[in-house]
Amino acid sequence: MKNIKVLGSGCTKCTKTAELIEKLATELGVEAMVQKETDVQVIMAYGVMRTPAVVIDEELVHSGSIPTQADVTGWLQP
Amino acid sequence: MFEIFTRLADWLVYHLAGLSADTRMGQALHFFVEDTVKIFVLLVVMIYLIALLRASLNVERVRDFLAGKHRGAGYLMGAGFGAVTPFCSCSSIPVFLGFTSAGIPVGITMAFLLTSPLINEVAVLLLLSLLGWKFTAVYILVGMAVGIAGGFFLDAIKAERWLQSFAAKALERGKQSGPVSSASASTLSMAERHQFARDETLEIFGRVWKWVIIGVGLGAALHGFVPDGWIEANLGDGQWWTVPAAVALGIPLYSNATGVIPVMESLITNGLPIGTTLAFCMSTVAASFPEFILLKQVMQWRLLAILFAMLLFAFTLIGWIFNFLFPVL
Repeated sequence: MKNIKVLGSGCTKCTKTAELIEKLATELGVEAMVQKETDVQVIMAYGVMRTPAVVIDEELVHSGSIPTQADVTGWLQP
Repeated sequence: MFEIFTRLADWLVYHLAGLSADTRMGQALHFFVEDTVKIFVLLVVMIYLIALLRASLNVERVRDFLAGKHRGAGYLMGAGFGAVTPFCSCSSIPVFLGFTSAGIPVGITMAFLLTSPLINEVAVLLLLSLLGWKFTAVYILVGMAVGIAGGFFLDAIKAERWLQSFAAKALERGKQSGPVSSASASTLSMAERHQFARDETLEIFGRVWKWVIIGVGLGAALHGFVPDGWIEANLGDGQWWTVPAAVALGIPLYSNATGVIPVMESLITNGLPIGTTLAFCMSTVAASFPEFILLKQVMQWRLLAILFAMLLFAFTLIGWIFNFLFPVL
């Protein structure tokens, strides 16, 4: 079970990122809990300056754009 | 070089659509077609070329560069990077906190954030194509000056006193731990640069095209439907009160530089003095209520009020100075 956080202030790109990850997780049959994190203090704690950013199991894997399908697939598959 | 766009508009509006060049409708439509096509073509070409050049520049590298810099040079560089570094305005809060927690003074961070919406490649490009290089140079100088002077002022009054407490603590920690360097200076291959530039062009164009249409549409309406000479007759002398009035009108209106520059062109060609125009447009672009609501997360009301008053004052002053100087020049 992967714990995935999408960091961002709630702009459309962040919503799209979260949707993309959820969609691909379902398609790949990976159990994942995707949550959106909008609290600026939490975003700061991860050292993120460009949103949307993606954190998987407490590790920052991406920052600054909507990730590509290939990126997301890479993170989800073991 | 830009004549081709005039001819294209001639052909589309007067020939194909059959409108007369003597009617207001024909003139307004001609203006609209010529400017939109010209701007779209220039945007795609120039965004791509500029993105190729700055592919390796991002906010992380700017932060590492600014951290630990001497204050005097810091304001200038903060404003300079604000002009050239791309970032989405939805990232301004994370950027503020990222800079702050690296120990960068609030003034330098704000020099960066104030200059950023005012000057960017799209704005410069539009100014160059619509209003010429002299006006563009003036605009860039004034935009940088607002960022630098604003940053200097905020540090002079010790604005960090009025940050929200968690941001103030982050600043203290950052100052003690000294500069960090986390972003690796990676070199990019030409293929990676092309990939970045292509994505960037699609991204920026996708974001600004509607602003161009709105801006040029408003400009065209002004061009075609405000009676010739009305603006010049009523506001052309640059009466002192017109500048604060323009700023007061501009602040609640929100637009980005892309939407407002075609309106600027129209106002200037209709005889509105340059200072009044600058004051109106800069206040529309730099100060917006949504932005201020966002900043509330990291600043106390008091600092927000100071920032707001500072911008009002700065734009009014700019307007007066230019109205005073330009008729003389």
